[in-house]
Amino acid sequence: MTGLDYLWQALTPLNILLALAGVVAGTVIGSLPGLTATMAVAVLVPITFSMEPASALILMGAIYTGAIYGGAYSAILLNTPGTPSAIATTFDGYPMAKQGDGDLAITLACVSSVVGGLVGAAFLLGLAPPLAEVALAFGPVEYFWLAVFGLTLISALSEGNLLKGLIGACFGLLLACIGVAEISADIRFTFGSQVLLGGIETVSALIGLYCIPVMIDLVATPDRHLKVTQKAKGFRLKEALKISWLGKFNLIRSSVIGTLVGILPGAGGSIAGLVAYSEARRSSKRSDSFGTGEPEGIQATESANNATVGGGFIPTLVLGIPGTPPDAVILGALLIQGVRTGPSLFTENGAIVYTFIFGLILATVLMLPAGLIIGRYAYKSIITIPKALLVPTVAFMTMIGTYAIRNSISDVVIMIVLGVVGWFLNRFGFSPSPIVLGLILGRIAEQGFVQAWTIGAATEDLTGMFFGRPISLVIIAFTLISLFYPLIRKRWSTAGGTANAD
Amino acid sequence: MDILRKIGATAASAAITLAASVLISGVPQAQAFPDKPVNYIIPFGPGGESDITARHQQSFFKDKFGQDLVIAYKPGGGGAVGWSQLNGMIGDGYTMMGINLPHIVVKPLQKDVGFKTEDITGVYMFHYTPDAIVVNADSDIKSLQDLIDYAKANPKKLTMSGSGKGTANHLAQVRFDKMAGVKTTYVAFKGTGKAVAALLGNQVKAEWGYTSVGAKHEGKVRLLAVAMEERHPKFPDVPTFKELGFDLVSGAYRGIAVPKSTPEDVRVKLSEMIGEINADPEFRKRMENDGMALLDVGYKDLDAFVAEQAKAYEAAAREAGVIK
Repeated sequence: MTGLDYLWQALTPLNILLALAGVVAGTVIGSLPGLTATMAVAVLVPITFSMEPASALILMGAIYTGAIYGGAYSAILLNTPGTPSAIATTFDGYPMAKQGDGDLAITLACVSSVVGGLVGAAFLLGLAPPLAEVALAFGPVEYFWLAVFGLTLISALSEGNLLKGLIGACFGLLLACIGVAEISADIRFTFGSQVLLGGIETVSALIGLYCIPVMIDLVATPDRHLKVTQKAKGFRLKEALKISWLGKFNLIRSSVIGTLVGILPGAGGSIAGLVAYSEARRSSKRSDSFGTGEPEGIQATESANNATVGGGFIPTLVLGIPGTPPDAVILGALLIQGVRTGPSLFTENGAIVYTFIFGLILATVLMLPAGLIIGRYAYKSIITIPKALLVPTVAFMTMIGTYAIRNSISDVVIMIVLGVVGWFLNRFGFSPSPIVLGLILGRIAEQGFVQAWTIGAATEDLTGMFFGRPISLVIIAFTLISLFYPLIRKRWSTAGGTANAD
Repeated sequence: MDILRKIGATAASAAITLAASVLISGVPQAQAFPDKPVNYIIPFGPGGESDITARHQQSFFKDKFGQDLVIAYKPGGGGAVGWSQLNGMIGDGYTMMGINLPHIVVKPLQKDVGFKTEDITGVYMFHYTPDAIVVNADSDIKSLQDLIDYAKANPKKLTMSGSGKGTANHLAQVRFDKMAGVKTTYVAFKGTGKAVAALLGNQVKAEWGYTSVGAKHEGKVRLLAVAMEERHPKFPDVPTFKELGFDLVSGAYRGIAVPKSTPEDVRVKLSEMIGEINADPEFRKRMENDGMALLDVGYKDLDAFVAEQAKAYEAAAREAGVIK
């Protein structure tokens, strides 16, 4: 392999220290709702000015990968995804924690994140230049269909509650329209108020819709937050490793999905987790237990979202087009250091790139011990802290976290309002996930649609634009399958005849 | 008498010492600005060009003035969220905010966004990223004339990506189409990165981008013309629009503003400080290497400069239907 000689350059004591410090800091930051990987990396930029480019990259990459894993803690223990990437982790993580298996869920998340991170980094190491072309093959119309695909997954995920899932998604789509439109610059649904000018920030919506209802319920009921089993069981690492070994195909498949979605600038970890989750559920023998505390669900989302780290670096380093928001900050820091990204980076500046990639792999490996220890501490403190202390502490953190995203008090107000709305909706059987996914995917779908329509209208080929491109057709096929899969499966199991999905 | 004289002398010397100490403490105080870190708020998210140029300034600020420049982000509403709150911040010189043209002109004309262009107290415009027409390196379109010929033969069929609507890219497209007598189709993307990706992926034929695109994607793209007074030092072979007969000098201008309550002398001082960073040869080299063009519009000339630019922007924005 071309870059193997750089492995030793990555393994200097300084780099090992940076990787460890980065992973630890990232995990802690990611676990606090509102403090995002983007912010953590941005705060670090001035510190990296005085560093070697490769060391700076290792530190930032380690923080980034740690933060994506850290998002799983609050998803599992508080039903609040710390980052959008961890939305699907709440589906099975929180039920597991409720049943007293929170420690196992966290260890599983750690192992899965490490596997996902390694797979993503392996693709970055071996196949970055050819895979970067994937990012370019995705045009506006492909993003539109990808977002529509994501929306249909909501319907598949809210089986039995399809109508409520769709209503929730529509509510989310409406929320996405508030504020200054991303590409047309129209100002919509602000009702003359400047509070709504900046729109609904995704992470503050996550905190409001997921965390506030949990807090209200905690105050309103006398039960303990999480069920506690009799004695501490340690890391439960053996158990987790056994589950991981049994679910190895799921892990690898989800990691590959995560890497591929990560390559697409503008898709992001939330889509990666969602696609991997629904794919895991579809192919699992225990599909029915998904959503009630199924370890396979956690494996799928956590491996997929950490794989997006390596995937996202592919277009960032090869094309100079950031795959994810933290990548944009890292790219900026590199520019200031005078490092030019592009295809030549891998040949001319191989020392920097390969040292960085090995550093990222190192950080991912270090995440196993670091993540296990921090995770155990997080779990212990959540279950031992008395409720009277837990609720105000978490409530305080949500405020600080929401404010910190954009230094905006409006976001805090919006977060609380959405939280109360979310609590009422929960009582009527609406879950927060369709709303948040509508909010995230609505923006992607709108942009893709408007751009595709503009280009299609200009070239006088709207039909060809929307229905004539091979990648689009594949995504449309997936969309149809996911939409009608529940129906098809039912027919197969009852009649066994041909499925006429209309 | 003796005693009296002594007292008098003591009093006099005390007065002198007092006066001197006032003078001494007074003089360095004025020179010691800043004596604590200065907050620099970017009304956009991290990683964008506004952030990167602020980061370039950051290290020079520390070297020259001994204090940290602390960059914070207040994104939302295409910058409007930050600018609408600027005048509510403390005006002691330790808070300043990035400002962008055409944003601060176009946004308030669209709707009530919580600030008017006149509300913003700019102290310095320090650079601009000139607009440029960019095509793929392997495109059949080799020159601006090729592009115009194609657009004339295929009205509206020439698709051009660009960053946002009502932005520098968009208004340049509107103005250029009018000057050249062509009709092209502008496709807005969220940010320059995505607009470039659309060009590199052949989703569009050309891009209304910036000179910085040419610097970042050297070898993969070709600049057809740049909207500058003179050729960019990094791209000596690329003609300006002016040379080719189109009076187009435009781009994304960036500067720094302070809250309205900031005292006059502090405004002047900040303006001088930013000018000093701008004059640093190493700073100039780094900025030009990234494809930016430096600009020196200080506090005194800033209002006239913004007013001058605003005229062209407003006309183009009306033409584009961004302002109704």
